[in-house]
Amino acid sequence: MSAATLHRLSFYRLWAIVRKEFIQMRRDRVTFAMMVGIPLMQLMLFGFAINSDPKHLPTAILAADQGPFARTLVAALRHSDYFALTQEPATEAEAARLLQLGDVQFVINLPADFSRKLLRGEQPTVLIEADATDPAATGPAISAVRAIADTVLNRDLTGPLARLRAHAGPIDFQIHAHYNPENITQYNVVPGLMGVVLTMTMVVITALAITRERERGTMENLLATPVRPVEVMVGKILPYIAVGYIQVTLILLAARLIFGVPMIGNLALLYSVSLIFIAANLAMGITFSTLAQNQLQAVQMAFFFFLPSILISGFMFPFRGMPQWAQWVGTCLPNTHFLRIVRGILLKGNGLAEIAPEIWPLLLFLAVAMTVGVKRYRQTLD
Amino acid sequence: MSPTDLAIDVTGVTKKFAGKTVVDAIDLSVRRGEIYGFLGPNGSGKTTFIRMLCGLLTPDAGQGTCLGYDVLTQQAEIKRHVGYMTQRFSYYEDLSIRENLDFIARIYDVPDRADAVQHSLERLGLQNRSAQLAGQLSGGWKQRLALAACLIHNPQLLLLDEPTAGVDPKARREFWDEIHQLAARGLTVLITTHYMDEAERCHRLAYLAYGKLLARGTLAEVLAGAKLNTWSVTGPGLLELAAGLRGRPGVEQVVAFGNTLHVSGRDAAKLEAAINVVRNPRHEWTRVRSGLEDVFISLMDEAKDNFA
Ligand SMILES: Nc1ncnc2c1ncn2[C@@H]1O[C@H](COP(=O)(O)OP(=O)(O)O)[C@@H](O)[C@H]1O
Ligand SMILES: [Mg+2]
Repeated sequence: MSAATLHRLSFYRLWAIVRKEFIQMRRDRVTFAMMVGIPLMQLMLFGFAINSDPKHLPTAILAADQGPFARTLVAALRHSDYFALTQEPATEAEAARLLQLGDVQFVINLPADFSRKLLRGEQPTVLIEADATDPAATGPAISAVRAIADTVLNRDLTGPLARLRAHAGPIDFQIHAHYNPENITQYNVVPGLMGVVLTMTMVVITALAITRERERGTMENLLATPVRPVEVMVGKILPYIAVGYIQVTLILLAARLIFGVPMIGNLALLYSVSLIFIAANLAMGITFSTLAQNQLQAVQMAFFFFLPSILISGFMFPFRGMPQWAQWVGTCLPNTHFLRIVRGILLKGNGLAEIAPEIWPLLLFLAVAMTVGVKRYRQTLD
Repeated sequence: MSPTDLAIDVTGVTKKFAGKTVVDAIDLSVRRGEIYGFLGPNGSGKTTFIRMLCGLLTPDAGQGTCLGYDVLTQQAEIKRHVGYMTQRFSYYEDLSIRENLDFIARIYDVPDRADAVQHSLERLGLQNRSAQLAGQLSGGWKQRLALAACLIHNPQLLLLDEPTAGVDPKARREFWDEIHQLAARGLTVLITTHYMDEAERCHRLAYLAYGKLLARGTLAEVLAGAKLNTWSVTGPGLLELAAGLRGRPGVEQVVAFGNTLHVSGRDAAKLEAAINVVRNPRHEWTRVRSGLEDVFISLMDEAKDNFA
């Protein structure tokens, strides 16, 4: 037996671990019931949404009119807390793309005849296209826009123009809510739950996987056999991927049948990307279990990971409504990216190209968590 | 003796935990096919030493080979050819006997796995219980399962850490018969125990205390090496006699065995002088061979004076 053969990953040993984990999972009925029960319970709990008042939402402006009134309005929007005018796309197609990619929350369309119509008292139409996937994020901003327009234009409409104020409003704002036109919060929350449930259960279950072996003394035996760290890790991850998929399916079924969430995009794509996310969380749990001294510590670590994953990932509060530091931390969490992917696919019909920017952070997270886990897993009892 | 005749050949093996030396420069050679007994009080470093042999712990100092593989660098090879039975039962309690054996057989990639598992169930008389969960087994059956599991990959060396603790005498007898059969087929066995009768069934012995090897050799060599003198006394009022003897210079151990008392000490002259003080015609005194237990206790007391 050469050293090379010894050091190669063995599929026999990997399969031995996978089989063992499956048998143990089958015997542990309580845990298995929890895996199914937790998603259902959370679906019920989060059927109601939490609102907030996010500000500085990225906005693209398509100004066909550069007249003084148009500039006043744009300046007022810029100074309002709600809109951050980040993009000035040249064409409508470009603007639409920004919206679909999630680069902007709003596209504001000032028509070429804006100033002319305003002066004639004809109520020019300003079209606001909103990414309403998350109604909590767009609602307050949209209500604000009317008030802003009224105040600033009334300041400009003086002298002979003062008569124009008499109208209910000088401008006719047309709001076009994309992706979730009725602003139904469940459409946002229920797909978001997928990431939350997976984060909660997948991290905990693997966080326990290795600490349990250590506490029960079976680790000593495992270490005395030729089984390699990577075989133990992967062998413990694979069976739980199946559990993760059961959860994904349960949530999708509930989303469709109970909450009537639209599913515009490709479900096969969603299932494929879920694999990366599930594996990333399992790897995180494994890493925790190599750090924890006992099962209690492992659960505590998993909980500390779960809290930000639910609070600052964009699930509980609109991501753009959070302070900058929270957004930075949130960007490091896999759930943040997965939420965008799930909402993008289900509500916006995003394809691979649109979600690609969210996939690579997931892959990066998986690679890092797995490497740390394998490095931290001790081959000896030292 | 050529090195290949030695299953274990290590020198100066040392292990420290948090500055405390738990195993202190131990040299040990075990011949192939030998049953080697490892004795010593709790906490003397037996488990730690065994863990270093099979690659579970890295020695802080020392070197040597186990089955011809370097204990410092070839731990992966050692693991393939060693069967290690841990002090604490360490198979999966939520798996059945057969599932546990099957798991271990898969991990070692045993050829003809199904046959190997079946054969090992039969040889250890476990076939009727093969579907029972390991967690539901009594101590004796758990021990059989553990032995079956650490034999399934046909190891050349068995490291057994207190395998018979908490096992009834009949099961212990059967266990030792099995060990002797295995050794007769060429398997080397290193076994730790607290039982003196088991120590006497080993080909050679080593005695460990405070991490140091205090004695080693065959039973006769260990007994002779200790230079302990023991007297046996029978008669009335042994309790008072014992009280009178304890603490006298030269008297190191006074142990009651039913109707006799064993009195031992390393210095024969001092011991005899002490006995002469309490000697009276009602008691019958005879010199006897020191028992292994007397020798070990004497070694430990001596070690305590020197190291502790
Ligand atoms: N992993 C460890 N960390 C710190 N101390 C240890 C560790 N393992 C064993 N010890 C200590 O080393 C000493 C020897 O233990 P051990 O080898 O288990 O003795 P034995 O098996 O002879 O009873 C004990 O004092 C024990 O507390
Ligand atoms: Mg021990």
